[in-house]
Amino acid sequence: MGKLLEVKDLAVSFQTYFGEVEAVRGISFHVDRGETVALVGESGCGKSVTANSIMKLLPMPPAFYKSGQIFFEGEDIVKKSEKEMQKIRGDKISMIFQDPMTSLNPTMKVGKQIVEGIIKHHGLSKDEAKKKAIEMLDLVAVPQPEKRANQYPHEFSGGMRQRVMIALAMVSNPELLIADEPTTALDVTVQAQILDLMKQIQDKYGTSIILITHDLGVVADMSDRVIVMYGGKLMEEGTTHEIFKNPKHPYTRKLLDSVPRLDMDRSESLHSIAGTPPDLYKPPKGCPFFERCDEAMIICKDHMPEKEYHTNSHYSCCWLNHPMAKGATEGSEI
Amino acid sequence: MAKYILKRIALAIVTIWAVITITFVLMHSVPGNPFATENRKIPENIMENLMKKYGLDKPKSEQYIMYLKNIARFDFGESMKQDSETVNQIIARGFPVSARLGVQAILIALIFGPALGAIAALYQNKAPDYISMIISIIGVSVPSFVLGSFFVQFIASKVDWIPISGWGEFRHTILPSIALALMPLAQFARLMRSSMLEVLGQDYIKTAKSKGISRFAVIMKHAIRNAILPVVSILGTTISNLVAGSFVIEKIFGIPGLGQFFTTSVFNRDYTLIMGVTVFYAMVLIAMMLLVDVAYTLIDPRIRLTKEGH
Amino acid sequence: MDHTAYTKDMFEKVKRDEYHADRITRPTISYWADVWRRLKMNKLAMTGLVILIIIFIMSILGPYISKFDYREQDWDKINLRPNKEYWFGTDELGRDLFSRAWLGTRYSLLIGVAAALIDFGIGILYGGIAGMASPRLDAIMMRIAEVVYSIPYMLVVVLISVVFSDAGSGTSMFVLILAMTITGWVPMANLVRGQVLALKEYEYSLASESLGASKGWILRKHIIPNSFGPILVNVTLTVPRAIFAEATLGFMGLGLQVPKPSLGTLANDGLAVMPIGIFYQILIPSILISLIMFSFNVLGDGLRDALDPRLRQ
Repeated sequence: MGKLLEVKDLAVSFQTYFGEVEAVRGISFHVDRGETVALVGESGCGKSVTANSIMKLLPMPPAFYKSGQIFFEGEDIVKKSEKEMQKIRGDKISMIFQDPMTSLNPTMKVGKQIVEGIIKHHGLSKDEAKKKAIEMLDLVAVPQPEKRANQYPHEFSGGMRQRVMIALAMVSNPELLIADEPTTALDVTVQAQILDLMKQIQDKYGTSIILITHDLGVVADMSDRVIVMYGGKLMEEGTTHEIFKNPKHPYTRKLLDSVPRLDMDRSESLHSIAGTPPDLYKPPKGCPFFERCDEAMIICKDHMPEKEYHTNSHYSCCWLNHPMAKGATEGSEI
Repeated sequence: MAKYILKRIALAIVTIWAVITITFVLMHSVPGNPFATENRKIPENIMENLMKKYGLDKPKSEQYIMYLKNIARFDFGESMKQDSETVNQIIARGFPVSARLGVQAILIALIFGPALGAIAALYQNKAPDYISMIISIIGVSVPSFVLGSFFVQFIASKVDWIPISGWGEFRHTILPSIALALMPLAQFARLMRSSMLEVLGQDYIKTAKSKGISRFAVIMKHAIRNAILPVVSILGTTISNLVAGSFVIEKIFGIPGLGQFFTTSVFNRDYTLIMGVTVFYAMVLIAMMLLVDVAYTLIDPRIRLTKEGH
Repeated sequence: MDHTAYTKDMFEKVKRDEYHADRITRPTISYWADVWRRLKMNKLAMTGLVILIIIFIMSILGPYISKFDYREQDWDKINLRPNKEYWFGTDELGRDLFSRAWLGTRYSLLIGVAAALIDFGIGILYGGIAGMASPRLDAIMMRIAEVVYSIPYMLVVVLISVVFSDAGSGTSMFVLILAMTITGWVPMANLVRGQVLALKEYEYSLASESLGASKGWILRKHIIPNSFGPILVNVTLTVPRAIFAEATLGFMGLGLQVPKPSLGTLANDGLAVMPIGIFYQILIPSILISLIMFSFNVLGDGLRDALDPRLRQ
C-alpha cells in the first residue's frame, strides 16, 4: 500500500444541547508518502474537524465518529484506543495549530516543550533531550538556539513561536504533518518565511503534509494536490495544476475569483461570495452550496450530486457535470 | 522586577501607616475618655495620674507622634485593663497560638481545595463534579463559626479523644483548623474549577495532547501548572479573611489566641490593647500579602520576565 | 445512488433575489432575554432565587404573623423548644424566636443589601471618574484605592464598630453599614474603571465622540449598559460578605444594637446556651444565615455564567 493515509466515508458529528451537528458528512480522500495535500474551504466547512479527527483530538463527548474509517499505515485509527493513539501522536503524526500565540504553554520553557513528546516516545536522557531541542531550534532558523531554548513563549514573536511549533511537531520526524491554518495568524511577510521553512523541512525529511487553509495563495505555493470542502462534504479534488487551471465546481471557481490579483482593473470591486455557509445542525439534503451558487439548478436543492471524474486525479461533485445540465435555460423562480 | 517589588513594599508601608493613623484617630475620637466609661466614679487626682500615665493629657498631635515613634520601636504600650501586662507581652502570648491555627487551616485549604477543584473540572458535570460543588457551596455559605459550634456540639462532646475546648496538644487543633479551613477551601476549589475549565479549553492543551504524552502528564504539567495561578493570586486576601473567622473560632473553642484577647479587649474597651492588636494584625497581614504578591510574580514567568525589561 | 428519474426541468437554473443568501437560520434574541433564559436553565441559581424570595417575603411578614412581639419577655416560658405556640421556641428571656428570627433576618438583609448598594454607588462614581479622567488623576485615584483596599476588611469593620458603639449594647445600623462600606467599594471601582477604559476604546465610542457626543453621554449610553452585567454579579456576591461580617461582629458583641435582633446577635445568644444542651437557638439563625449566603452565592454564580458570552449554548 503506497497510501500513507486513507480516509473512507468519514462522518463525524457533535452531540449538542439542541441536537446533532453533522460537521463531516461522509468524505473520502488519501495522502501518499511525501506529498502535500491542501484541504481548502471557508470557516465552518469541516476541515478543522477532519484534521482533528485524524489525530483523534476531538473531545469525545460531544464529538463522535458516526461512520467511516481512517487508515493510517494500513490500520484503522477510528478503532484505536486512547493509549494506542498516544503512541502515534507526536511520533508518527504531528500537528501544528493556527494561533501561535496560544498554542504554547506559557509557564513551561520552550526547549522542554519541544522535546517533551520524544522523551516519552524514545526515552531520551536529559542531556540528549537538551541537545535535540537546540538542534531543532536551529533547524527552524531560530537564532541563538541555546539561549532561546531556556526562554518562555512570551519572549518570542508570533512568527518565532510558529517556528517553535514546527520544531515541536517535527522533532520525532513524523510520517505525516497536519498543519491547521499555520499561517493565518501571521503577517504576510512572516507567512512566506514559514511556508519556505515547511517546504525545506519536507524536502529534507520527506514528510507528508496535510495543509489546511482558506488561503489559495498558500495552496498554490505549497501543495501537490487540492481538496475543496464545503458544508461537511468534498466538492472537488485534483492536482494543484488542475484545480487552478481548470476548476470545475462553482465554489472552487468562486474561491479562485475572490483572490485579489495585481492585474485586476482598479475600478473592479473585489469579488466575494455572498452569503454564509450552511448551518450543519440541519444540513441541507442536496448540494450544500445550493444557497449561494450562481449556477444552481432546481435539482441541486434536494439531491446531492455524485463524483464525476474529469481526469484520473481530478473529480468534482456537481450537477453541472450531468449531461442533462448542458444548455439549461434560465428558468423558474424558487 | 526589583522595581516592582520596591513599589509593593512602599505601598505596604504606606498602608500600614494609614492603618496606624486611622486606628489612632478612631480610638481618640471616642467620646469621653476610656476611664470615664466605667460606672464607678474615680476621684479626680487618680484620674489625673491615669491620664498622665497613658500620656492622655498631652495634645493629640503629640500623642500621635509618640505613638508612631513607639510603634517604630515595636512598643505597643501597656494594656489599660489588664494590670501589669504590656500589650507586647499579650501579643507574644497569643500570636503563636493564632498563627498555628491559621497556618494549619490554610494548609488544609491549599492542599484539598485546588485538588477538589481540579477533579471537579476534569469530571465536569459528572458525579465528582457535583460532589465537590456541593462541598464548595456549603463551604462558602456556612460561616466558620456555625461549623465550629456544630463541631463542638456534635463531635467534640461525643468523641472522647477530641477535647471540647482548650489548647496544648495536636488534638486540640483538629476541629478548629477544619472549621476555619472550610471556607477558604471551598473558595479555592471553586476558583480552581473555573480556572481549570478555562485552561483545559486552551490551545496549548491540544498541543500537549498532540505530542502523545500521557493524560496524566497533560493534566499535571500543563493544565494544573497554569490553572493554579489565580488561586495563588487570591491567597493574600484569603489569609486576610481567615483572621476574621479566627476571632470567633477561638472564642468557641476556648483557644487562648490573639483573637480571643482582641475580642475581650473590644468588649472591655481596653483601648491600648485594641489599638496594639489592630496595628499588629495589620502589619502581619500586609506583610503576608506582600509576600504572596512577590511569590506570585516569581512563579508566573510572564510577569517575572517582563519586569526585567527584555 | 438516487435512482429517481431526472427530468429535464429539474435542470433549469434557479432565479433568486438578493437577500436570500444572507438569511440567518437561527432565531435572534435580545441580550437580556438571552441572559434570563440561560439563568433559568441553571437549576441551582433558580433554587437560590426561590429561597431568597421566600426569605425576603418572610422577613417582611414573619414578625406580623406571629402573635408575639419580639421584645415581649415572658419569664415563665424561657428556653422552650419549638412548639405549637412558639414556632421557633423561646430564648432565655422568654422572647418568641419566630418573630425575632424573621425580624433579625430583615435587619441583616437590610444591612447586607444597603452595604452592597452603597459600595456599588461609591464604586461606580469613583471608578467612572477615574476611568474618564486624565491619566494623572486616574493614577492618583487608583493608588489611593489600592491603599484603602490593602487595609484588612475585618479590622476596619471591628474598629469602627468599637469606636462608634456603646459598650455592651451593640452597634447602630448606620455605623454597621458605614463600617462595611469603607473598604468594600474598591473592587467595584476597579471593575467600573476597567469597563470604562476598555469601552472608551471601542469603535462605536470613538464614532460617537467624533460625532460630537460629550463624555457624559458616552458614559451613560454606552459604558454603563455594557458594564451592568459584571457589576450586577459583583453586587450579588457582596451581600453575603456583608452578612457574614455582621454575623461575625455579632459574635464579638458588636452586633446590632439591642433590642433590635440581627442574625448575628441571635447566633451569639444561641451560642451561650449551647453548653447546656440547647441547640435550636443557634441552629435557627445559623440555618438562616447559611441559606441567605448560599442563595446569593449561587445566584451570583449563575448570573456570572449567564452573562459570559463564551458559555453560550
